[in-house]
Amino acid sequence: MIRIELPFHLRRLAQVEGEVQLQVEQPVTLCSVLDALEARYPVLCGTIRDRVTLRRRPFVRFFACQEDLSHQPPDAPLPDPVVTGAEPFLVIGAMAGG
Amino acid sequence: MSEVRLLVGTRKGAFVLTSDGKRRRWDISGPFFAGWEIYHLKGSPAEPNRLYASQSSGWFGQKIQRSSDGGKTWEAVGDKFVYEGNPGTHQWYDGSQRPWEFKRIWHLEPSLADPDTVYAGAEDAALFRTADGGLTWDELPGLRNAKGRLWQPGAGGMGLHTILLDSSRPERIFVAISAAGVFRTDDSGSTWQPVNRGLKSPYQLPDPDAEVGHCVHRIAMHPSRPDVLFMQKHWDVLRTDNAGESWREVSGNLPSDFGFPIDVHAHEPDTIYVVPIKSDSEHFPPDARLRVYRSRTGGNEWEPLANGLPQSHCYVNVLRDAMAVDSLDPCGVYFGTTGGQVYASADAGDAWNPIVRDFPAVLSVEVQTLL
Repeated sequence: MIRIELPFHLRRLAQVEGEVQLQVEQPVTLCSVLDALEARYPVLCGTIRDRVTLRRRPFVRFFACQEDLSHQPPDAPLPDPVVTGAEPFLVIGAMAGG
Repeated sequence: MSEVRLLVGTRKGAFVLTSDGKRRRWDISGPFFAGWEIYHLKGSPAEPNRLYASQSSGWFGQKIQRSSDGGKTWEAVGDKFVYEGNPGTHQWYDGSQRPWEFKRIWHLEPSLADPDTVYAGAEDAALFRTADGGLTWDELPGLRNAKGRLWQPGAGGMGLHTILLDSSRPERIFVAISAAGVFRTDDSGSTWQPVNRGLKSPYQLPDPDAEVGHCVHRIAMHPSRPDVLFMQKHWDVLRTDNAGESWREVSGNLPSDFGFPIDVHAHEPDTIYVVPIKSDSEHFPPDARLRVYRSRTGGNEWEPLANGLPQSHCYVNVLRDAMAVDSLDPCGVYFGTTGGQVYASADAGDAWNPIVRDFPAVLSVEVQTLL
């Protein structure tokens, strides 16, 4: 089971509290996790990645296992602790600065 | 007993303010979609409890919300705004051509007759339409054929911000685009023509009389006289009496003819309102005194309306979509400021009272008169 932590605004939009847990088939990649997330919560389509190009939105980041995975290719496998559910996959709204 | 409902979009959420016909005491609900920018929300003239809201965020993009109970509850509907075909390019600041890129919805205009049909004005400039209550949206791509390659964003973005529907001619629509101008269709959106003759932009365009490229801030129409439009341009207040075929300046004795909103009295088609701002360099009222100006002659002769408005140290602005009129008698006039105040006048502008003073910056104000 993949554990996903969403930022505040996306939790409210999806009407969820706490972590989201999803079953994702192997190989577990950035793209397959986001596909599964959007399939479960269609309202999140377009909020994390562009609807058409599927590119990550500029001010969204992906963290896991204390690493920034934002610039990984979409088909790159996620770290084992994320795949096993030991660690969550974090979707982050980037700092605004200031 | 009549009721008035104000729909207020702000930098940090939407608010719904209601009052009875006296318009003295207001109930406030919200914020809805707290933390999101609400560029605009508007109700359906055909079914007033049907509301639509544009919810956007620099982080998470564009959402469209719909309410069927006058704003008590909301549901996210479709937000897939995809340009039709290959949208081509528009001019960029450096003179190069840049592809159209969707950024947000600036304005939602529900159909006058069908609560499921809504027009949406986008940045980068385009007009979208839904006929299923917002579930799906299709672009009306013919608009870009009206010299779209020559449109160029201003500092505020290339947004389609005004959509005027003509109840007497449903196939006619006017739109206004920031830094592009006014465009009209007479065939329900298939083909469009620029209607900017008479606009002059000597300090914004190399050709002051260019067919497109004028920074139109807002246009307004009285439904009983749909060939007469009023315009607040970047500089200049103008009117047309022939559906945009030609415009003439009616700035008259205004202390500054720079500003953003313009609106028309509900019962007097020649009574119009603007809020002058000092200049494009200083977006605050002349002399730091907030004054609405009213013309009862369709322009040229203007009177300041200051009763109840701050007359010292006032440095707020009023944005293009942040003024509205109700249809009660006397006509109510409302506007919101970038300082978070929403002012109301229940006597056509003679006296003003703040409904709220500490909202987030107000992006839009719409009013519904519920009988």
